[in-house]
Amino acid sequence: MNPLDPSQIQLNEDGRLKHFLTTEGLSKEILTEILDTADSFIGTQSRSVKTVPLLRGKTVVNLFFENSTRTRSTFELAAKRLSANILNLDIARSATSKGETLMDTLWNLESMYSDMFIVRHADSGAAHFIAQHVTPNVAVINAGDGRHAHPTQAMLDMLTIRREKGSFENLTVAIVGDILHSRVARSQIYALNTLGAAEVRVIGPNTLLPQAIESLGATAYNNMEQGLKDVDVIIMLRLQKERMKNALLPSESEFYRLYGLTTEKLALAKPDAIVMHPGPINRGVEIESAVADGPQSVILKQVSNGIPMRMAVMAMAMGGQQSGQAPTSEPRKEEV
Amino acid sequence: MTLPQPSTLIDNMVADINQRFPILDDNIVMVGIHTGGAWIANQLFSKLNLSTELGLLDISFYRDDFSQSGLHPKVKSSELPDIEGKTIILVDDVIMSGRTIRAAMNELFDYGRPEKIILACLLDVGHRELPIQADIIGQVIDRPADQRIKLSGPEPLTLSTVILNK
Repeated sequence: MNPLDPSQIQLNEDGRLKHFLTTEGLSKEILTEILDTADSFIGTQSRSVKTVPLLRGKTVVNLFFENSTRTRSTFELAAKRLSANILNLDIARSATSKGETLMDTLWNLESMYSDMFIVRHADSGAAHFIAQHVTPNVAVINAGDGRHAHPTQAMLDMLTIRREKGSFENLTVAIVGDILHSRVARSQIYALNTLGAAEVRVIGPNTLLPQAIESLGATAYNNMEQGLKDVDVIIMLRLQKERMKNALLPSESEFYRLYGLTTEKLALAKPDAIVMHPGPINRGVEIESAVADGPQSVILKQVSNGIPMRMAVMAMAMGGQQSGQAPTSEPRKEEV
Repeated sequence: MTLPQPSTLIDNMVADINQRFPILDDNIVMVGIHTGGAWIANQLFSKLNLSTELGLLDISFYRDDFSQSGLHPKVKSSELPDIEGKTIILVDDVIMSGRTIRAAMNELFDYGRPEKIILACLLDVGHRELPIQADIIGQVIDRPADQRIKLSGPEPLTLSTVILNK
């Protein structure tokens, strides 16, 4: 077993979820268990009392090194609805900006007997690094690391697809736009293939498609009209201008003309195709308002499904584990 | 010792419930605990001709051994009708420690405030760890602590003995 393999570090000795860092390498059984658990949490969300006592007395720390409103607030709500105590740390304004290292920040948080870290970081691999170095019994959930992975977003999208379409077999799914910078797209492609989707397509200009995308199990299309033909699910991605260092695009209007999802382009997909977007959406840049607000759009359902999905992952990762421990006073073995 | 036929015990329970509630009006809601309790509740429900909707409770999110055992991989959604101010007949297959019933009552109160909860169990095997007793019992059976009685179903319902590995 290679401890650096993210799919290995995510499971405990019994093969159950311990950390959730990426959808890559997780079995169909585990992904299905996550979806089933999230489905049963949906039932608790329509009650007058929306909380369940599962994580009572546990401490969850939202460790966001990068800004996010939706992801952070749905993790916060999910933790609260599991009866956990949650601490929101705005790292940009905390001690790391005073020169404290990442490991020192972590050890300080562990000293407060935390049980779970929810990590969002601009660098790929950050959550994995933290999972390798936390004390035993602290679970780590990746809430997005660089261009690498955003597994809870991908799984809430899978939950939305399964609830709308029933199953993944026979589904053709197109992911459109800025695949290059999208950790969501990577996590979705792994999850869709593991869950048995018939075909995964990525559509975008070559400058926004990663090299060797086919090796991830997706078919690349540069032409929107060809790529959208007869698909069941369209996932639009936001143009991540803040991550674009070079001139990857002629202009926004040119991008919209070629890859923006308009009513006319949507008509190329199957009549019952659903339209998804992880948000935040840029109206008129990647999606037309009439489509985003139209009858085929499930964008707001995705947001709703974010809470039960995050409850499921948190409950699964924290189940069957002792409480978090403060670090011992003995020197650490790891080189930091 | 041979185990009793569940169908006979269910008939006893129906008689007990009829005696306790001569009029089964829409103030009475039956709730079965997933999975064995739900099977028993299903049969009681049709034999009693209850007018209200049958409820299903999966107590996985309320278990007190979550920190030791984790989440059950096949959690079902609880589905309950309105229970506010109602008399609930809570149904389980086997009562032993009482922990399942404690978890079930905690969950019920997150759906509303019932007027009364009556507990009906197919078998009472003793070994209680909490001060919780059933009101309606199919049969009381003495069993050593390392034995469990398992209900298989839903069709047909059968009882069998499982010896725990030490």
